[in-house]
Amino acid sequence: MIKAILIFNNHGKPRLSKFYEHYTEDTEQQIIRETFHLVSKRDENVCNFLEGGMLIGGSDYKLIYRHYATLYFVFCVDSSESELGILDLIQVFVETLDKCFENVCELDLIFHVDKVHNILAEMVMGGMVLETNMNEIITQVDAQNKMEKSETFIFQSTRQDR
Amino acid sequence: MPAVSKGDGMRGLAVFISDIRNCKSKEAEIKRINKELANIRSKFKGDKALDGYSKKKYVCKLLFIFLLGHDIDFGHMEAVNLLSSNKYTEKQIGYLFISVLVNSNSELIRLINNAIKNDLSSRNPTFMCLALHCIANVGSREMAEAFASEIPRILVAGDTMDSVKQSAALCLLRLYKTSPDLVLMGEWTSRVVHLLNDQHMGVVTAAISLITCLSQKNPDEFKTCVSLAVSRLSRIVSSASTDLQDYTYYFVPAPWLSCKLLRLLQCYPPPEDGAVKGRLVECLETILNKAQEPPKSKKVQHSNAKNAILFEAISLIIHYDSEPNLLVRACNQLGQFLQHRETNLRYLALESMCTLASSEFSHEAVKTHIETVINALKTERDVSVRQRAADLLYAMCDRSNAKQIVAEMLSYLETADYSIREEMVLKVAILAEKYAVDYSWYVDTILNLIRIAGDYVSEEVWYRVIQIVINRDDVQGYAAKTVFEALQAPACHENMVKVGGYILGEFGNLIAGDPRSSPLVQFNLLHSKFHLCSVPTRALLLSAYIKFINLFPETKATIQEVLRCDSQIRNSDVELQQRAVEYLKLSSIASTDVLATVLEEMPPFPERESSILAKLKKKKGPGAVSVTELEDNKREGGELNGGGDRGPDTASTPSPSADLLGIRSAAPVGPAPAGAGSLLVDVFSEAGPAAPSTRRHFYRFVCKNNGVLFENQLLQIGIKSEYRQNLGRMYLFYGNKTSVQFASFMFCVVALLDTWLQLNVQTKQVEPLVEGGAQIQQVLNIECLTDFSDFFQPTEMASNDFFQRWKQLSQPQQEAQKIFKANHSMDTEVLKAKLLGLGTALLDNVDPNPENFVCAGVIQTKSQQVGCLLRLEPNAQAQMYRLTLRCSKDSVSKRLCELLAQQF
Repeated sequence: MIKAILIFNNHGKPRLSKFYEHYTEDTEQQIIRETFHLVSKRDENVCNFLEGGMLIGGSDYKLIYRHYATLYFVFCVDSSESELGILDLIQVFVETLDKCFENVCELDLIFHVDKVHNILAEMVMGGMVLETNMNEIITQVDAQNKMEKSETFIFQSTRQDR
Repeated sequence: MPAVSKGDGMRGLAVFISDIRNCKSKEAEIKRINKELANIRSKFKGDKALDGYSKKKYVCKLLFIFLLGHDIDFGHMEAVNLLSSNKYTEKQIGYLFISVLVNSNSELIRLINNAIKNDLSSRNPTFMCLALHCIANVGSREMAEAFASEIPRILVAGDTMDSVKQSAALCLLRLYKTSPDLVLMGEWTSRVVHLLNDQHMGVVTAAISLITCLSQKNPDEFKTCVSLAVSRLSRIVSSASTDLQDYTYYFVPAPWLSCKLLRLLQCYPPPEDGAVKGRLVECLETILNKAQEPPKSKKVQHSNAKNAILFEAISLIIHYDSEPNLLVRACNQLGQFLQHRETNLRYLALESMCTLASSEFSHEAVKTHIETVINALKTERDVSVRQRAADLLYAMCDRSNAKQIVAEMLSYLETADYSIREEMVLKVAILAEKYAVDYSWYVDTILNLIRIAGDYVSEEVWYRVIQIVINRDDVQGYAAKTVFEALQAPACHENMVKVGGYILGEFGNLIAGDPRSSPLVQFNLLHSKFHLCSVPTRALLLSAYIKFINLFPETKATIQEVLRCDSQIRNSDVELQQRAVEYLKLSSIASTDVLATVLEEMPPFPERESSILAKLKKKKGPGAVSVTELEDNKREGGELNGGGDRGPDTASTPSPSADLLGIRSAAPVGPAPAGAGSLLVDVFSEAGPAAPSTRRHFYRFVCKNNGVLFENQLLQIGIKSEYRQNLGRMYLFYGNKTSVQFASFMFCVVALLDTWLQLNVQTKQVEPLVEGGAQIQQVLNIECLTDFSDFFQPTEMASNDFFQRWKQLSQPQQEAQKIFKANHSMDTEVLKAKLLGLGTALLDNVDPNPENFVCAGVIQTKSQQVGCLLRLEPNAQAQMYRLTLRCSKDSVSKRLCELLAQQF
């Protein structure tokens, strides 16, 4: 099971946090910090797996991560998941984001947090993998965007927006 | 066209985010956030009704603020309102807010459940998916109660869209995990298993997680999934890379699903059906063969996906542990990976080999890689990989290579990462003991361990070396010599001083013949470390000194002088002062014979499993080292006196053995139970708090006066009781079921609060020692102050007397009645015995119906007598009873009725 999915940048600023088990808000923030601390001090070209921090359950859990340019994508998983499988999943996630945002960059994640959550929800649900096929995921996201457009188009332009 | 066009976002949100990003300091950021929170709050509270778009915008802002780590304590209600919107955008943002911010205890759940219910029945697949996601994300018990029966129906219905099926499968899984009792699969089982055959790979992907979890819990009910999984796997493995289209990932067909299928098969033993098994073995061979083929792409994703499947296949082969041919191939494959240039593969290969090392077929094959693994330990740049290498060395260690592996681990320790040192120390200590052929090697190893990584050597480790030295005559001289040499080092670790003090105090005489280690040299060496040590170590050294006086009378004057000096005899630490005073007195007044008896060499410790192993198991968690429950219990039994409290010989003076036990306690004078606390195992611990379990037992004694009250692996408590009028006497028997002595045995009678108020209990103290296999008795005198059922006196009376009294007690509150289902056999003789055991008189020929039982008795208390009449009417056909009680005191009827209703 996937326990948490975290995205933060090279300075540890969280860009997405999704927990599939309940923690208090405080603990969630501490976990993000701890995870950043563990992951960021590792050299490039070392392996992509390490034991989880104490807050998230220690050696029973693994952190599986990839570092893309300015962003770390970290999945915290238990022993029932295949490590390499999760690495592939991260890749699918990033490729999907890339397609949806057209050359995704950190700013996209910042300004479209809700979209990122939606895309993730098409892949992972309640800590389990729902779909790994990128085209299928994008089809779903596209359909949602169409619905959204048809709803917002009507009143978007006239609004004084603060 | 990008799926998300960047221009159509919410401008207000974008402005806010830009503001935050432009903040120069944390303070400015907080200020800006607080301003925004105030703004949103006032908008939500304002009179003007907000349209959906504004609500959505504000909720998005809140989400962003939350992500930055600020508490959000409002907005939940607005989010819930969004759920009932007809607009997809609004509904969707409402669900998002809830899945991120609402926890399972929220009071809003009921409102949320309502919205979910509407969406689930909407037949709009998008809305249904949103609702299912929300259930899966929150997963509270209330949600399970509301939807656990609905979701399986959606999952297996013929007209459900594929995307909804996928969500329903995972939603059901989540509910099953949080509330397994509410998810009843029964009728759905077979249809759920057949989802493995679904046309849509996405449905299979989602369903397999559900099926795996259900199979782990109910393997028998789901065992038909094995053959389905094998055929699905076989179709994927044998397909061309183009067959599965979108599910082909970098030229590998459906890697994720393959991994999951192989995991599912690991829930079961090898298939019994020959055809299925043959097909599976074929699959596994194909996967192993593919690993040797040239890659179809140079991209890392291709090899990743391929190897993900390969590793799962190897795990399955190891799990089956029955195909020597496959096992050897697996081992060879892993051997190749050990030297692969990809760090990830080296890591995973080391990890898989650890499990392979425990298989009898492949243990030898794993051992051939020892040089590679040692090399990994020395040269890997990544601590995660080095740790796996250390784990593997530990797993592949046996008698033939123990010396090499221990030596390598020791030399690695000198440079090891701090994070893994403690675990390494434990592993070295365990291997050294387990595979020690000659114990001088063992002693060398442990002393080296203390020298190299003294800070990480826990008490268990140095206790253990002392236990072993004391128990083995052949190594005592060598240990004394080696530790003496080790202490020569100008800076040696305090743990070394502890071991040195203890061993020289016991066996210093064995090396005293050599003038270079004469008694006085030994003493001076030890004493030169004294001032650098902490209080517990100093206390241990003082005990070593008094042992020296016994071993070497010629050191008496020197040592007495040391004890007499102000820094000892007036030491501000009570423990040290007391030892100095007592030892000085002891050495000056006791005759040589007395001294020799008191300070006799320690007798051997009882053999037991190493407490170090226990510590490692604890450190690694129950999953990491496989331990059966039985072993665990044995360990607890063994550790009962784990600190080495040795009974009588420590009673008068704190000899060194008391240090071994009470090193952390302030004043271990004699075998102080307080000091033992840290190592003493609570015998009840495995049963959880004793009270609830004994309470259950207690009800058995309402109609019985003796029996077993509590029993576990270590201890049996029996009870026997007698009652006369308002006085009772209860005998408790404590039987020690182990072969080890229980020291510092303490027992407190904790009566349950409600009975406590009514009883006056006097306990006689018991001896604190229970020998192995022995039983001791404790007497409790009990006086009943108010009514208490065991203090029944039987009253014989004739039929008309009985009815006359029955009528006298006719006020409603004097009667208590209960109709209940039989819990036990309705046999007449058993019932009679129970009623007599209660203490009442059983009256024959009173009730016109001979099936019924009528009893009478008086409860004696200190201040009053309560007459009680009882009528029990069994109905054998319905397996029911009616119990009626009439007593002269109303509270008694009620209480007795409740109590007795549980007895029949």
